[in-house]
Order: sequence, then C-alpha cells, then structure tokens
Amino acid sequence: MKQRRKEKRTFNGNTFLLIITIGLFLAMYIAGMVVFSDKGFGKPQMFLNLLISNAGLIVIGCGLTIVMVTGGIDISVGSVIALVCMVMADLMENKGVSPYAAVLAALLIGLAFGVVQGFLISYLNIQPFIVTLAGMFFGRGLTAVVSKEMISIKNGLFQSWAKCRIYMPFGSYSNKGKFHPAYIYPTVVIALAVLILIIVMMKYSKFGRQLYAIGGNQQSALMMGLNVKRTKFLAYVLDGFLAGLGSFLFCLNSLAGFVEQAKGFEMDAISASVIGGTLLTGGVGTPIGTFFGALIKGTISSLITTQGTLSSWWVRIALSVLLCFFIVLQSVFAAMKRKKHS
Amino acid sequence: MNQKILLTMKDISKSFPGVLALQHVQFTLRKGEIHALMGENGAGKSTLIKVLTGVYQLESGEIRMDGAARPIVNHSPQEAQANGISTVYQEVNLCPNLTVAENLFLGREPRRFGMIDWKTMNRKSEALLKSLEIPVAPAAMLEECSLAIQQMIAIARAVDMRCKVLILDEPTSSLDDDEVEKLFALMRKLKAEGVGILFVTHFLEQVYAVCDRITVLRNGGFVGEYETKDLPRVMLVAKMLGKDLDDLAEIKSAHSEHRFEEEKVPVISARQLGHRGTIKPFDLDIRKGEVVGLTGLLGSGRSEMVRVLYGADRPDCGKLMVRGRKAKISKPLDAMKLGMGYLPENRQRDGIIAELSVRENIIIALQAKRGMCRLMSRREMDEAADRYIDLLQIKTAGRETPVKSLSGGNQQKVIIGRWLLTHPDYLILDEPTRGIDIGTKTAIQKLVLSLADQGMAVTFISAEVEEMLRTCSRMLVLRDGRKVGELSGDELNQETVMQTIAGGGEDDG
Amino acid sequence: MAETKPSVWKKITSNRLFLPVVCLLVVLLINVIRTPAFFQISIRNGVLYGYIVDVVNRASELVILAVGMTLVTAASGGQDISVGAVMAVAAAVCCQILSGGKVTTNAFQNPLLLAIVAALAASALCGAFNGFLVARLKIQPMVATLILFTAGRGIAQLVTQGQITYVRVGTYQVIGGYIASCPIPTPIFIAIGTALLVYLVLNKTALGLSIESVGINGSASRLVGLNSTMIQFLTYVLCGLLAGVAGIVASSRIYSADANNIGLNLEMDAILAVALGGNFLGGGKFSLMGSVIGAFTIQALTTTLYAMNVSGDQLPVYKAIAVVIIVTLQSPVFQEFLKARKVRRRRTAEGGSCG
Repeated sequence: MKQRRKEKRTFNGNTFLLIITIGLFLAMYIAGMVVFSDKGFGKPQMFLNLLISNAGLIVIGCGLTIVMVTGGIDISVGSVIALVCMVMADLMENKGVSPYAAVLAALLIGLAFGVVQGFLISYLNIQPFIVTLAGMFFGRGLTAVVSKEMISIKNGLFQSWAKCRIYMPFGSYSNKGKFHPAYIYPTVVIALAVLILIIVMMKYSKFGRQLYAIGGNQQSALMMGLNVKRTKFLAYVLDGFLAGLGSFLFCLNSLAGFVEQAKGFEMDAISASVIGGTLLTGGVGTPIGTFFGALIKGTISSLITTQGTLSSWWVRIALSVLLCFFIVLQSVFAAMKRKKHS
Repeated sequence: MNQKILLTMKDISKSFPGVLALQHVQFTLRKGEIHALMGENGAGKSTLIKVLTGVYQLESGEIRMDGAARPIVNHSPQEAQANGISTVYQEVNLCPNLTVAENLFLGREPRRFGMIDWKTMNRKSEALLKSLEIPVAPAAMLEECSLAIQQMIAIARAVDMRCKVLILDEPTSSLDDDEVEKLFALMRKLKAEGVGILFVTHFLEQVYAVCDRITVLRNGGFVGEYETKDLPRVMLVAKMLGKDLDDLAEIKSAHSEHRFEEEKVPVISARQLGHRGTIKPFDLDIRKGEVVGLTGLLGSGRSEMVRVLYGADRPDCGKLMVRGRKAKISKPLDAMKLGMGYLPENRQRDGIIAELSVRENIIIALQAKRGMCRLMSRREMDEAADRYIDLLQIKTAGRETPVKSLSGGNQQKVIIGRWLLTHPDYLILDEPTRGIDIGTKTAIQKLVLSLADQGMAVTFISAEVEEMLRTCSRMLVLRDGRKVGELSGDELNQETVMQTIAGGGEDDG
Repeated sequence: MAETKPSVWKKITSNRLFLPVVCLLVVLLINVIRTPAFFQISIRNGVLYGYIVDVVNRASELVILAVGMTLVTAASGGQDISVGAVMAVAAAVCCQILSGGKVTTNAFQNPLLLAIVAALAASALCGAFNGFLVARLKIQPMVATLILFTAGRGIAQLVTQGQITYVRVGTYQVIGGYIASCPIPTPIFIAIGTALLVYLVLNKTALGLSIESVGINGSASRLVGLNSTMIQFLTYVLCGLLAGVAGIVASSRIYSADANNIGLNLEMDAILAVALGGNFLGGGKFSLMGSVIGAFTIQALTTTLYAMNVSGDQLPVYKAIAVVIIVTLQSPVFQEFLKARKVRRRRTAEGGSCG
C-alpha cells in the first residue's frame, strides 16, 4: 500500500502542471524553430535573447511567486517598473545623480512599496488585491507626477552597463562562414543569480518553508507557532525589493522612463507564475516553474514579433488565453482533489 | 500511588456577552494519566481548553504548572506550547501541502550552515515515527495521509516538542474503530512516558477504555472529578445531563403513546440511494407523523445520508419516491418544492446568514421557493417573522436585528422557523441541539414531537443518544457510510443503540 | 440627558448612509470654499451650465459602473477590475458598427439601435466570461477579471483595427450630449435611469435579498434553495452590461472609440465609489444609494483636484491613497482596535460597577 502511495505521488497534479509547462515551452520553441528557421529562430542567440528581454520578468516573477505561494498577490509591479524607470531616468538625466545612486533609489522604491503593502496586507489584514491595486494606481500616478514626458537615459556609465556584452563560448556561423559568438548582458547574470538564490531560499530556508506552510493552511501555521504576520510581511517586502531590482533590469533594457511603461506587466508576471504551476490559492509553486512561465511568455512575444504582421497586443491576448487555460486547469485539478478526498 | 500533579486550574471563570461560559471551574491533571473532560455540548469543555491554551483570556482563577513558581498566563497557543501545553484538534492543524517530516519539524527544522538539512530532518522524522509506531513515510505529502495518521502526526509533533500536557480535543470523532485503537495505543505509550493527557470526547466507551479520571462539566459549572473505575456509566450520563434516569424514562413513555397514524404510502421512500465516497446505497422509508432518528458516530454517514435525501449532495445511484411518486432531486430547491426542509449540522457555516436580519433569515427559504420574481410583500414578511418569533419564543430585540447577534439557541430557532414557514411535509434536523442551552434543547425536542403529532415526518440527528431515545419512534444506525441497523419498539434503549453503533457481528452488511 | 441624546444622534450616525453623505458634504464644502461659484447654475446656449452641473454630468459613467460594481462586490466579495476595459470594448463595437468598419464616418452605416444592442451584447458577454470564471470555477474575482483587464483593451484594439474610430454624426452625440433643446445633459438621465431601474429590479424581485444572502453565506444560501452560482454569474453579467452602457456614453461624448483611453482608470474610481458608499468590500449587505453618492463624491473630488492643477495622469495617486484609507477604516483589525478602545474607555468610566 505504501508502494502505491508513493507511485501516486510522483504523478500528483502539481508536478503534472510543471511538466505541462516545460513541455509547452519546448513545443512552442521547437515549433518556432521549424516555422521560422529562415528568420534565425534556431540560433543559440535567439534563446539568449529570450533571457535578455525577460530578465526583469524573471526577477519580478520570482517575487510574485513568493507572495502567491502565501496565497497573496501583487498587481502593483507594472507600475513599480514605470515609477522606478522614471525616477532613475529623472535622477540621472535631470538631477545629475550618479547611476549608482539611481540604482539605490530603484531598490529603495521597491522596498518602500513592499513595506507599505506588506504592512497593510499582513498586519491590517486587508485583501492583497485591493492593497496592490491601490499600489498600482499610486505608482502609475506618481510616475506622472515625476514627469509626464518621456525621459531617455543617455548617461554614459549606465549605457555602458546596458550594452556590456558577455560572450559565450558558443555561437553561430553567418552565411559567409564567420563565427558570431552568442552573448548575454549583465542583466541575465543578475536575473539567473536571483533565480538560483530564490530557488535555494524557497527549498532550504526556514523562511521559504514558512511561506509554503502559510499558503497551505494559515490557521495551522499559526497554531504550529509560526509568526504568520511577520512572515507574510517579509514576503511582501522581499517581493517589493525584487520588483525594484527587476525594474532596474527592465530599465537597462528600455533605457527610458515614461508613464505608460510596462503597462499590463503585472499580468505577464502573474501569468508567468501561474503558468509555471503556482496555485492562485497558495501553498504550491516554484521559482523554477515561474522561470519557464517567463520563457513561455517570451517565446510567445518573439513568435509574434518574428511573424511580423500581427500587432503587439496579440501577445497580451495570447497570454491571457494561456493564463485562462491554466487557471481552468488548476481549478479542475482542485475539484478532482476534493472529490478524491471526500 | 500519589501521582505528581502536573497542572492545576483553579476557580476558572469566563464570560461572553450574555453568557457565563465558565463559572468557578477547576481541573487537575497528574503526571502519566489520561483525564477525560466530559460534558454535553455547551457544557464549557472547549471554553476551558481555550482558556488553558491561551486562545481566550481567563477572567478569574489561576493556572499552575508543575515546576513553575508562579501561576502561568498563556496569551496564545504558542505561549502555551512554550509552557509545555500542546493541543491536537479534531480538524488537524497541519499543512496539507508539506511533507510529513516538514509538518513534524516546521518552525524548528534541523539546519546545516543555515540551510534546512532535509536529510537529517527526514532521518529524525523516521526515528520519531518509528518510536511512536506511526506507519507513514517522512517524505509523503500530508494531504495523502488518512485523517488518523494526520492526527497521530500532530501528536508526534507535540510529543517531540517535549510537551508535558497534551490536549486531545475530540480526536476520535472522524476515526474508525481500528484507527481509534491505534490512537489509544499511542496515548497509552505516552502515558507510560509520563505525559499528562487531557482527552475530550463524547464517546463513553472510549472514556472507559483509556481514561483514569473524569472531570464532568455541566452548563459552564464544575460537577466533579471522579476516578473512572468508581463511576458507572449510568452515573456519568446522569452527571452530565444533571437529571435522574427515571426522569428520562418518564418523558419517553409519555411520548410513545402518540405515535402511529399508519399511512400506506411513506412520505419519503429511498431505494438504493447513495453518493460515492460518502454514503453507500441505502433503503429508507419515513411515514407521516414519524420521527426517525439517524445515529452513528460522526463520519458514519448520518449527515451524508440526509444531505443526499435533500439534494445538498447529488445522489449518483438509486431512486427516491416522495409520497409514492418518483422524484428527481438534483439541488436543494427541488427538495424544497417537494416539501422538504433541512436544518444543517453546521449552523454557522451552512445555516444562518449572519448579517441578515431575523426577518430575512426566516423568510428566505419561502422566498427562494416562490422564485425570484415573486417577492413577498413587506407585510407578509413581517407577519411571518413575528409569528415565528412568537411561536418559537425567539429572544431577539426585534425582527430587524441581525441574526448574528442572537445566541446560538435562538439562531437555531430562527432556522427552524425558516423551515416551518415553508410548511414542509418532511423536516430534516441535523443536530438541532448542538451547542445550545438546555432550555432550548428541551423546547426543540418538544417541538419535534408536536410537529410529528400534527403529521409531519421528521428525521432527527443528534450526537446525544438519550435525546434521540426521547424523541424518536424509530432509529437507523449507521456505520462507515452504511446503514447497519434499524431499531424500534423495545430495542430503543441506550444499550441496544450503543451496541448497534459499535457493531458486533449480527447484521453487519 | 445622556439617555435621550444618543437615541436621535445615534439613529442618524448609525445609518448606513451617514458617512457617505458626510464625505460628499465635506468634498462639496471644500469646493465651495475654493470656488464660491461652485453651486451657481446658469443657462448658456440653452443648456445648464456650472461647476455642479459638470460634476453631475461627468459622474454619469461612474454612477453606472458603481452600480454594477456594488452588485458584484455584494455577491462575490470581490471586485470586477475589467470594467474600464469592457467600456472600451463596448465603445469599439458600437463605433465600428456605426462606421461600417471605416476609420471615420459622417453618417451611420448601420442603424444606431443595432450598434447599441451589439455593444451591450459584447459587454454582457465579457461579464459572462468573468462570471463564469468566478461563479462556476470559483476563481478569486480579481484574478479572474484581471484577464479581461489586460486583454480587454487588446480586444478593443482588435475590433477597431488599432485605429481610433470616429463617428461624426449628430444623433450619436446625443447620448453624451443633449436631447434636442433639453437643457440637462443626457448622461444624467441615463445614469439616474439606470440606477433607478437596477434599484427597482433589486427591490421588486427577490434579487436584492438573494445577492446579499449569497454574498454573506454562499453555502447556506444554496441550502435554502438559492442558486448561488447563478446569482453570482448574473451580477457579473449585469456589471458587464452596465459597463457597456457607460462605454457607449463615454464614446458618445468624444464621438469616437479610443480603445486606449475610454474608461481608463475608472475601475479604481468605481471600487472607490462602492467603498465610499459604506459598502464592505468583502461582500454581503449593500446600499446602491451609498455607491451612487460615493460616485458623486469621487467626481466632485476629481473636479477639485483638477482645479488644483493636478493632471489626469496624476489623479490616481490621490485616489489610491483614499482607497487605502477607506479599506483601512473598514478592516476588521482596525474596527477591533476601535472597539477595544471604546470598551476600555467605558470600563474606566463605569469603574467596577458592572456585574
């Protein structure tokens, strides 16, 4: 009997969701390689570009996974990006502040969002959605307060960070047979480092396990002596910090600040997390899943851009459909689990 | 054999708005004993435990633990735990999405270089589980374990945290006999190790099976502390009910004269009706003017049976006849239209609609039955509400008072009023007397009898067998989701009922 | 003395609408102090003119949205954050049909009625989609509506093929303008008419009671014979439909469908209106009147902020702060804190006399 139980476990719904996600990513990517082979989809650089353009998403997605595992959510991240980019641009271009200080400001803004939202959610027990919805409007509005015009970042040092290529030992050959090594930007290194740190934290730290415990059953976690409020608070603080850091990476990509920036990004981050197997009800989810979720989002947008004729809002619609599909899938799994138990 | 005293609670009082939940209660727990805390629902057992574990603050009295110079005050379950008092509740307080090992060590995980050392944790868990003879792998997910195992894991966690006092709050309610036996083995093992166990249960046999002493509470007051071997079962029941046994017999004989108005066609007639996973196919006939009791342990399928009849769970096999005609019930509204009413087991969760007024709570079922477009006139509503407030003597400031501000018993009356207003032919009452005061209890029992006299068919479920003996003309006994017996006439006595509930060969299905 | 005073005073203060009305009065007072001419109404070019008329007129869409938002909040304990996007979809459908697919038109290519019905059908469909996710699949309302919140404007773009569709026809502008020589702006009629209609439907049928009942306790409601799923679903459809009405009004005002800007940030205003109206965002009992008052308060506030040279982009900052304050005041933790303080104060006042 014990044997049977073990077998079942390897095929439980949550692992299954993650397998679907990875499978979906591979299928989409391979399909892209086949269909758009003439447009360079098969080159290693194409894959690295996925990482480059989604470095911010990976970091912010990790933050979202953390709060979603506790059963919460954060929809303010898109606005935090806009605000951070705008503030950084404004500081460097108009106030003549050094890029280092600007980065510090970015992290502080993220932290501030995390602290305030975390306090309201965990200590005052207000619905995370309402709080972060307010945060979302607050951030976007504040961006407009800083400047209504777009500010491009021309700071030399900052630009050099953004354009610093790190070459890989592999690459591709051009038509003339010239070797082009593949490259990444520092943003990718930071994003991957954060990803690994968060993976380790979620699996091997007390804090990480407490997040899961709270998401699994908050009442139980409380009864088992965990400081639920503080843990939840810290989850939002960390999420805020990662939003700040992710925004900085995003800024390195966009090199500009404007009010409409990263509009709807919260959707990308939530989708990445949910597609990666994080349950909206909390208690289940891994950063590695989120990573694949982010790659799926990236693949969809590069497929649509490579295709050329479809307009960019198709990315969002496709992602919504995918998110919808996964939400339905989760709800079906949950119903099946309930049935099995009763 | 003077055992060392572990815990004393002296002169404990606690009140809630309008209710004196505990008055000058005392409790003493010795080292290496299993001590039952007995009392009817509403006697104050859970309040006492909550005071002890710091969920509630006590108003007067003191709690002393062995070894502590001063009385201890617990402000939270965590603090109680730090003082060596652990509780395992009926609804297990563990995290279903974590592994067994994590649940054992959550919050105090073994670490290496600041990281959780999964290997050590699993090894330690393995050892702990083995020492307590709990058959489960540390790496298994908790949600895949049976409830009994989960309960044992919770106990293992408490034990491993060096608790001196272990409170088991109705741990056996949803376990089968086999599992209960395993749990008892674990309890005896802990007892031998010197842990003091406070055991709350409403199953008498279990008390006599494992407990050394019994403390009885009644109506928030302290009745007495007894050695189990000195207190016969009948006496215990009498202490809990606060009534002489002769008294009970009298009520019983008085009412059994009423029954019989035989009618050929049963109001409700189920044939092989069932719901996968909760209740096995069963047959049931209920006639006009009959009070049929359903009994069995919690989780035996008694609530599940009525849920299927009422369409709260959609039956997946068998057929149901209402007044001789085949009926298709897929949702509660269908059942209501066929003249059924259902007072659910869990008043807070499934019964009252807390923020709505008494009036709205009373009329809502009739309104739903009439349909969305035919709103009752305000006058009609007021009259209906007033009528039932009056008839059932519901104590409320007015009909517009939110029902949540009423006491439990009065809330229950509101729900009864809600169903009476729909003039049902068949009324299902699932634990209508749970957690309410004695006066209301008696009133409800009387009401059930008078409704039956007027020709209503009633199904009555109660955790208290005595109560059912007093009201029912027939009793169905369930075990493990299966109907295992039907008692009537002379068989309706405590002993036979208990025997049938416990099982013992004769008509096992 | 202490006996009689609370009874009258308490009756007023304990009324659900007390706080919403006070808020409205405070905002109006600020406006009057800043602009003494705030309440002056004059007739220019045959139509009513003045700050207050403007506030009431501009609040129309918000009133309509707030009504729908109140219903979903009451029934599901969550909010529909897709209403702004749904407005854009309705506007896009309406204008696209009227223009017959062209970017701009000077005459109706299709009947106005057809366009309106199609737009309302599209918005009701959006509502039904949300409703299905929330009521049937039991997904948290805000997550479910987040999907359309982001995808909705994309869909609207899809409908208008990425263009801003202009309908330069006088008849169309009536909806957001004036009927013939009536001096009162049409949106006011539409808003009041919609609110009244919904109010009547709720109170002349059992729908109002059912919504409250489902919002407070879904499982108990099911057992008394209410179809909780259906009722929740219905509120979302209704909310979508109302968002559609608001969308048509908004698009008529600018005689175009601007998928990016119609209904922008209005979801926040609508939620704020519901909260300001004294409705608990966790669902249950509700007051439509409160939400309507809330909507007017917010529009008045918006006007004030505009008058203080705050640009449209920056408004959300203040509104977000307002929302946080309101939900904090509503939060059980804060209420508990207040109650504890009250009890403590009473205890110290009474001394040890209580039994």
